[in-house]
Amino acid sequence: MVKLIANTPCGDLLPRAIGTVSLDEVIVDQITFVAPFNGQQKAVSDALKAAIGIGFPAPNRCIGTGPRAMWCGMGQALVMGASCPDLAAQCVDQSDAWAIVKVHGVDAAAVLARLTPLDLRASEFKRGHTARTLIGHMTGGITRSGAQSFEVMVMRSMAATLVHELTQAAENMHGRETSLR
Amino acid sequence: MRLPCPLCGERDRREFYYQGHATMLDRPARDAGIDAWDDYLHNRDNIAGEVEDLWHHEAGCGAWIKVTRNTVTHEVSGAKLVNGARK
Ligand SMILES: [Zn+2]
Repeated sequence: MVKLIANTPCGDLLPRAIGTVSLDEVIVDQITFVAPFNGQQKAVSDALKAAIGIGFPAPNRCIGTGPRAMWCGMGQALVMGASCPDLAAQCVDQSDAWAIVKVHGVDAAAVLARLTPLDLRASEFKRGHTARTLIGHMTGGITRSGAQSFEVMVMRSMAATLVHELTQAAENMHGRETSLR
Repeated sequence: MRLPCPLCGERDRREFYYQGHATMLDRPARDAGIDAWDDYLHNRDNIAGEVEDLWHHEAGCGAWIKVTRNTVTHEVSGAKLVNGARK
């Protein structure tokens, strides 16, 4: 049988390092979109907890370190890094559908602030917080994964635009810093 | 301008789509007659003061929200989820 070569969404566009900021692709082999049926959120949460150890996330939260559950809209979440059990929910396999970029470094928040209207200050947007928001002209998700780390995700078809936007913002930030020195 | 999404908290206006006055939630009955439908579709008061608008948190959680806003002071005094409001 023909063996196909799997390309990641960002392919050879990443990794990159610009100034103090690094851009790395995050590969998650399994992602399932989960939207509980009316009134079933508790049952779905219990079933998820039994199967993968984490429940259905509250709005704007991402929980878990191995398998994760990331809220991604009203009554919606992504189950990431684990196969999704049978649930009283509309479940859609979205593995390979998302481009996820880890933005890390001292200026990570400052770079993202050029692209999103979200308040990214550590006092407002803490580790484990996630948000659906704008990234440039795209809608996507931003999750804080550490003191100087964020995961930015958009649909796979916009991977190159995401890398372009992040690169441009990081270069502008870096250029500004070096010219002020 | 920032709008207080009941799910997401205070968010920038750019994340929202403006639909119009919240009167769109009060759809007349099918047989309500031409005047009721004319009012519903076309006639709006241009209020100086507190108004209720419908906004869609389009680039956020996807919820429709009813925002209370003052057109004189520009104060935004609250927002409620529309979800299930008529059930
Ligand atoms: Zn929202």
